[in-house]
Amino acid sequence: MHKRTMLQAAVALALAGTAGLATAADDVFKIGLILPMTGQQATTGRQIEAAAKLWMAQNGDTVAGKKVQLIVKDDASVPANTRRLAQELVVNDKVNVLAGMGITPSALAVAPIATQSKTPLVVMAAATSSITEASPFIVRSSFTLPQASVALADWAPKNGIKSVVTLVSDYGPGLDAEKFFAERFLFNGGKVMDKLRVPLMNPDFAPFLQKVRDLKPDAVFVFVPSGAGTAVMKQFAERGMDKAGIKLIGTGDVTDDDLLPEMGDVALGVVTSHHYSADHNSPANKKFVEAFEKANKGLRPNFMAVGGYDGMRIIYEALKKTGGKGGGEALLGAMKGQIFESPRGPVFIDAQTRDIVQNIYLRKVEKKNGQLYNVEFDVIKDVKDPGKTK
Amino acid sequence: MLTILFDGIAYGMLLFVLAVGLAVTMGLMNFINLAHGAFAMVGGYITVLAMQRLGVPFLASLPLAFVGAALLGAVLERTLYRPLYRKPHLDQVLFSIGLVFMAVAAVDYYIGSTQQIIQLPQWLKGRTDIGSLGVGHYRLFIIAVCAVLTVILQYILAKTRFGSRLRASVDDQRVAAGMGINVNVVFLSTFAFGSGLAGLGGALGAEVLGLDPSFPLKFMIYFLIVVAVGGTSSITGPLLAALLLGIADVAGKYYIPKMGAFIVYTLMIVILLWKPNGLFVRQGGKA
Repeated sequence: MHKRTMLQAAVALALAGTAGLATAADDVFKIGLILPMTGQQATTGRQIEAAAKLWMAQNGDTVAGKKVQLIVKDDASVPANTRRLAQELVVNDKVNVLAGMGITPSALAVAPIATQSKTPLVVMAAATSSITEASPFIVRSSFTLPQASVALADWAPKNGIKSVVTLVSDYGPGLDAEKFFAERFLFNGGKVMDKLRVPLMNPDFAPFLQKVRDLKPDAVFVFVPSGAGTAVMKQFAERGMDKAGIKLIGTGDVTDDDLLPEMGDVALGVVTSHHYSADHNSPANKKFVEAFEKANKGLRPNFMAVGGYDGMRIIYEALKKTGGKGGGEALLGAMKGQIFESPRGPVFIDAQTRDIVQNIYLRKVEKKNGQLYNVEFDVIKDVKDPGKTK
Repeated sequence: MLTILFDGIAYGMLLFVLAVGLAVTMGLMNFINLAHGAFAMVGGYITVLAMQRLGVPFLASLPLAFVGAALLGAVLERTLYRPLYRKPHLDQVLFSIGLVFMAVAAVDYYIGSTQQIIQLPQWLKGRTDIGSLGVGHYRLFIIAVCAVLTVILQYILAKTRFGSRLRASVDDQRVAAGMGINVNVVFLSTFAFGSGLAGLGGALGAEVLGLDPSFPLKFMIYFLIVVAVGGTSSITGPLLAALLLGIADVAGKYYIPKMGAFIVYTLMIVILLWKPNGLFVRQGGKA
């Protein structure tokens, strides 16, 4: 008798347990956000995490009757870590969406996992063109380097820059920037005098900048990861290159909003092309910047933050549309083709390439209220990633 | 051409100040301290924090960096390093590598991983052209500071009583102690001085090399190359090695950019094949 009640109780408990688990899993929508929170790219992680949390604070954590849960993991920009974390998130935590990806190798490492498990992967930072081709489950909310470089190559020849030397960091995004800038610049009648590639772990930019100075182009086109941008700009100014009549142009990574306030006057007048500036003049952006700074002790949002913020919007909208029914494929379908007003301006997720289509702005560093900003002065509308048109 | 030479010399001099402390501890004290770069990083961060948070001018922050790193060196020598002097080299390597990782994590945690930016005073910015030679003011400053340091260092080690005591202590601790030399104090001050030099190097280098928590890992290889190529028995060896490497690195990247990153390593291999113990080897001392 006693034994029997025990057994019954156990069975009942087990049933209740599984039932409880099942409802819990049904009610929770999990987003596995893998970011570099430590190491060299930690600022990327910090910005995106802050933006994602801001989005959730502003839009609530219940969507289509489901509780949204954000699981943040730190991969320190080591692709092997990213892969392991993604596997754990998919297998153990059963996440509905993977997101984040600070650098290209991380995104590429996770791509097969997204494909096999049919889990949508929202890339919020990594910017090499080919990433979205690595898996049909990848959607990108950041930008691609060809997008930014080509816009600059269109602008430069019309504005007195007829010859350039390119100077890029020797890795995926740098090579993308070099290739697409040079091709378009040649096509527009410009002359590329030399293409310099700087090792990624480079201690001193002196020899490369001296080479540029001796070649005397109208401008030097620079792409380096955002931390190194300051060193380039300082040495550019100290070498007296601006006085020798050479302009510094580049993609917006060089004058990253995150570091710009500390760069000092050497940054003044640098022309860059990019999809986002904290100074972008729109009500949506003013609201975004204000809320972001308030929530993060005055930290200025940069292009990484906007990638994270919009990435969260894409996930939220997809969940709303599917009502929480259907798996990864349904979610992915709902992510494709989204059109919305981002803090950076109007954007569109191209249903074919799953990559973002957006305005690219030309900006010049100016002082506003005693602070340095990338002030937009021209725009090229609805730029589709040029890496995919061929 | 002259500008490249000048930039190379400045870069080499910087490497020398950063690495010479390591040459001293490794060559004279026979201790392999791979955490040397961590002391350089500490010096760099002292400068950055003093300038950003306390508004200390750049020139005043340099001695601060030296003293700060030297004090830290002294404390760690007394507490952590001394018990390891008699241990095998492998223990020393593993221990000091561990210290590096702890330093990296600590800086990352307390200060953050962003590149630190320092603002030089106006008179150190810009450059002057003399004919075809472009002299960057800051690089000239580095060369001047490093040249003075070299002379002082050479004088202390070769001509002063302290120098002879140090050399005696290294060659035979027991006899030196019997002669009335306080070996512990000699080692402590040498280690502290070496760490201080690293700190000063880090402070000077923050502008040119950049400064973030991965600094010790990024430059460890360069320090080791300087010491390996220069030999550890004198000051002139690492000095010449650092200059050679600095000039080769800068010139290589200028003239053959595609090969640029490998020139330093190629040079090191060639020199070590030719002289496996480094360019200058002291006769008679312990290897």
